[in-house]
Amino acid sequence: MKLGFLVDLNLCMGCKGCEIACKVENEVPLSSWRLRVKYIDIGTFPDASRSFTPLRCNHCESAPCERICPVSALHYLENGIVNVDSERCIGCAGCMMACPYGAIYMDPETNTADKCTYCAHRIESGMMPACVVICPVEANIFGDIEDDSSHISQYIMEHQGDVQVRKPEKNTHPTHFYVGGGNQTLNPLAHQRLEGYNLFNKITHLDHIGDPNHGVIDRFLAPFTHHEEHDNSSMMDWAESGNQTHEEGGH
Amino acid sequence: MESTIHATQAIVTLDVPIPEIIWGWMITLNMWAKSIGTGVILVGAFLLYRHKKDEMPNLRWIMPLLAFVFLNIFLLFTLTDLHQPYRMIHIFTHPHWTSAITVGAWMASLFLLLITIMLIIGIGEAFPGVPFKGCKLTAWGRKNGGLYDKIFPFVVFLAIPVTLYTAIIMAESSARELWQAPAEVMQMMWAAFMAGSAALILVSGNWSREARRDLAMVLAIATFFSFMMYMGEYFFSFKSAEAEATLEYVHAGGPYNIEFWFGMVLGFIIPFFIAVANMKSDNKTLLRFAAILALVGLYMAKDVWLKIPQMLPLS
Repeated sequence: MKLGFLVDLNLCMGCKGCEIACKVENEVPLSSWRLRVKYIDIGTFPDASRSFTPLRCNHCESAPCERICPVSALHYLENGIVNVDSERCIGCAGCMMACPYGAIYMDPETNTADKCTYCAHRIESGMMPACVVICPVEANIFGDIEDDSSHISQYIMEHQGDVQVRKPEKNTHPTHFYVGGGNQTLNPLAHQRLEGYNLFNKITHLDHIGDPNHGVIDRFLAPFTHHEEHDNSSMMDWAESGNQTHEEGGH
Repeated sequence: MESTIHATQAIVTLDVPIPEIIWGWMITLNMWAKSIGTGVILVGAFLLYRHKKDEMPNLRWIMPLLAFVFLNIFLLFTLTDLHQPYRMIHIFTHPHWTSAITVGAWMASLFLLLITIMLIIGIGEAFPGVPFKGCKLTAWGRKNGGLYDKIFPFVVFLAIPVTLYTAIIMAESSARELWQAPAEVMQMMWAAFMAGSAALILVSGNWSREARRDLAMVLAIATFFSFMMYMGEYFFSFKSAEAEATLEYVHAGGPYNIEFWFGMVLGFIIPFFIAVANMKSDNKTLLRFAAILALVGLYMAKDVWLKIPQMLPLS
């Protein structure tokens, strides 16, 4: 069995239901995302269109994150899912440097690496990932890509020639596919991030990795001191102080 | 505004903030300190091959001392950069051998152990009363002076992979195209020769003129080739669209451009000419000045090369 994912971008309407469902199901902290839907505007009025691209871990068959992890915190499950053991993670961020898809984040509550696991805990109980269940147009298709009779395999066969993966040149062999994607939606270098064009202004870069209230000294003192547990409300306090992002320095 | 954007251009209009610098100054310092820690051993071995020990009277203890200090700085910042520093032990209890981080941590630990033994022997022989009279550790060192010469070849051999493994970590960081080149391995090696010779120049006051000339030669060669490789990558990048886009953060001006060129001029061009001049006329002060500049410039160059690939959006 090898579990895979397919998103039909022709069906996705950018409702962000999957993003929210993922947040709730996995209790993903503020300022972190396992799954996000990116809006890209192509062309100029009146010849303009907007595309929506859900982005999550690709669960690569040759995963660079699994290879670089020094303690096997990132590891394969038998069903092909690249899982994370947060108890073992040392927080070196090697996986964040290795993942060509920027799919891994440093959880600000646990200070360990985390990412989409295709909702491995739900799969274990015979359920579908939360993002699949919530999608109102069934744009998210999930299943066994080694089973020819599965819905995802049938879908891939029906859309031969229009099935793509992100950055195939990286030879990571993703098990996450897109139908209806193009260079402009799947290649981050083919679109620009310009200040003034965002629906939300000044959404650019996070200037912290992991817990923003957890400095270098705190990392060492944490086991010996009472460390206030961080949750979404404490993250909101910090975000409201205006330190969360800074303007884009891109080119 | 529309007229400034090409009709087929794609623009992100809604997305989440993306991470910026993940590996920052602590990793730069880590790499820089490791270059000194292994470099003094490699350059020290070269000097011992070329010259008699009498020409460099303090080399036997100061070489392991410098290596010990800078390897500890390297390991301290490796540890400090972890978000879960106490779990560093997992590298030894749950090693994952496909990871260059794991292999490197094991090799660096072994390297530091051997350096520590050399340091105890070197200090024990040179300063019998240090740290206090009757110290059993340095007494053991004095009795086992022969061990120094036995383990030194292994230390020199081990210094090479300890120098190079960071390049393998960078190669495994497959999201960062700029680091995906065999050139990175050579850059690490040149950085070690550069930093090692610079560090030894600073302590070579009472060495023979010939030994100091060799140090100037190593510094000149290392700065020259390292500079040429940086220039090759800067002007003739041929790797990929991602590498080109990464280099734009330097090409397009701004703080990284300034840091890069300051690093190149201070750390490579000026020290090269001073070192070449010193091979003919022995000017200790000027050579020390070149060594300090080389160490500062090396840090700046490494800092830019570490950070700019992290600026590029990956998705």
